[in-house]
Amino acid sequence: MGELQKNTRFEHLLRLADTNLILGHRMSEWIGKSPILEEELALTNIGLDLIGQARALYEHAVAVSGEEDNRDADDLVFLRDAPEYKNLLLVERENGDFAHTMVRQMFYSAFAVPVWEALTRSVDSEVAGIAGRAEKESLYHLRHASEWILRMGDGTEESHQRVQDAVDALWMYTGEMFDMDEVETAAFEAGHGVDLTAVRSEWEKTVREVLTAATLDYPEDCWMLKGGRTGKHTEHLGHLLSDMQFLQRAYPGQKW
Amino acid sequence: MRENDTPLYEVFLRPRNGLSHRHVGSLHALDDQMAMQNARDLYTRRGEADSIWIVRSADLIASAPEDKETNLSPSDPERKPYRHPTFYVLPKEVENM
Amino acid sequence: MYSQGLMGVEETPGGEQDLLDRFQARIDAGEKIEPNDEMPEAYRKTLIRQMSQHAHSEIVGVYPEANWVTRAPTLRRKLQAMAKIQDEFGHGLYIYSAAETLGVSREEMVGQLLSGKAKYSSVFNYPTLNWADLAVIGWLGDGAAIMNQIPLCRCSYGPYARAMVLVCKEESFHQRQGYEAMVALMNGSPEQKAMGQDAVNRWWWPIMMMFGPHDADSPNTETGVKWKIKNFTNDELRQKFIKATVPQAKLIGIEIPDPDLRFNEETGDWEHGEIDWDEFWSVVKGQGPCNHDRITARRKAHAEGAWVLEAAQAYAAKQAARNAA
Repeated sequence: MGELQKNTRFEHLLRLADTNLILGHRMSEWIGKSPILEEELALTNIGLDLIGQARALYEHAVAVSGEEDNRDADDLVFLRDAPEYKNLLLVERENGDFAHTMVRQMFYSAFAVPVWEALTRSVDSEVAGIAGRAEKESLYHLRHASEWILRMGDGTEESHQRVQDAVDALWMYTGEMFDMDEVETAAFEAGHGVDLTAVRSEWEKTVREVLTAATLDYPEDCWMLKGGRTGKHTEHLGHLLSDMQFLQRAYPGQKW
Repeated sequence: MRENDTPLYEVFLRPRNGLSHRHVGSLHALDDQMAMQNARDLYTRRGEADSIWIVRSADLIASAPEDKETNLSPSDPERKPYRHPTFYVLPKEVENM
Repeated sequence: MYSQGLMGVEETPGGEQDLLDRFQARIDAGEKIEPNDEMPEAYRKTLIRQMSQHAHSEIVGVYPEANWVTRAPTLRRKLQAMAKIQDEFGHGLYIYSAAETLGVSREEMVGQLLSGKAKYSSVFNYPTLNWADLAVIGWLGDGAAIMNQIPLCRCSYGPYARAMVLVCKEESFHQRQGYEAMVALMNGSPEQKAMGQDAVNRWWWPIMMMFGPHDADSPNTETGVKWKIKNFTNDELRQKFIKATVPQAKLIGIEIPDPDLRFNEETGDWEHGEIDWDEFWSVVKGQGPCNHDRITARRKAHAEGAWVLEAAQAYAAKQAARNAA
């Protein structure tokens, strides 16, 4: 097990942090728009968990990158443009209707649970600590989204159609999660990362169970889009950033 | 929207082991699983509970206010004073018993 | 406060004198009233009105803040804004659930909000135009609300008092987070200071109005006090609020936009300029800058969520049938 290069380690942390931040931000966009009042609390809870995970990872990434990089966690969030963001494409997709949001959440959480579980054994004790908490939070997110998918899938004709549409529309963004590129491979080999090909089978099993219980069709194999982890995003991310980063961009260098 | 089809649940929390569950309020949910999720999100955002009980409000059996007299007065200290410690006279020398 | 001195209450205590006397004796003895207890119809109706207005205010009050939540400038501010807004939805639900013990369903109350029949605090019909507005809503808006909510923890109706205990416990961070964000702005650049002052200039008077009409113009106050569902009058609460706020403003270099505000050494009270009651009543009646937007946002969430609720209902019905089979 070799030592992981500092910039690869930083990049690996950034990917995890960005994915959680962007999905957490998407949850905050639901505020005031949730289908029932109780869901306002649930969606915000998920958002707070995800942004909290991201914040811990950014702070760690800043520490890892050391003195020559004087950016802090907020700089990473509010002052990077889309190509520098390394989140998964899946999580930047617009919220759409409640079915889209819940399917996106289920797809991601079914991935996040085994990833965090594996990261509890990371040689980076800071990451292992973050992963321990995050795994529990992600399990709850998975359960929450799965319960809703069950109700929508096995609910009315309209809800069944909406949730099936969401599954089909988001499917092409799921393959990227398991892609072992150079960074992921190096991180895994150095004991910092996760064997994502192994995560894949667990993810497929979870997703198949949820969809089957919800009387939904498991999609056929299709061409999978990727690029998020290397900064090649969909059109949706730029708009999210222009909203999220507005104050820091309009009034640079201020304390808030 | 037919929210009145949404059953009401009563929520009880036990803050930590060693204490009993205590009623904190109610919530609406369509089934037991959702009610439990909602209870967690609504009533335990600050780690207020290590155990949650929920029960459909319709399933609670409550005493009627007009039964207060018949239910409760037999234990009234004035009616059966010998149930209460102050009924018994002790020698002055015994300070606490 | 959030019920602004009970806008639109017409009921006066009436009915059987015996009942009224019996009831008043219990209240005067400091007893709490519980849901199934005997109570005058006017007490029940007044409470339903007050509690539903209060709950609606918590829910509608989310929108001015939600307008900035996705633009919060740091991770810390983002998390605190989300947590605060989430609490407000929770508080709305606590109070709805307490009101339901009086025999009115949440559906009925929400229906009245969506139809425009029910009132909520007029303050939420003003726009949030810059980031400092969020800070000012926390500092001054929640500061004003706390003045009212703490005494409500001791109100005569048990479920309402208990809901307010939960609310007050959770809300203790809301005002502090607002003031903290305000301090950061007032320690910042000239542009940030200008944002802070601009926000206070726009919110000061709407927040003064939050306490409701002067006592002399608030005929329901007496009944509310008598029944212990209102422990201080509108003017008393407004005075407490000014007293608490003036030194906080001074400390961070905020000027309160009332040229007539002055401390009266003799009475020990603050005298303030005249509140524009025409504006107040126009906003209460629907003519505020954001009344339409707020209700439209609520209606939209409700309408767009209808299919989700229907799905959950259909699923629950299927499950019940499967379990019965």
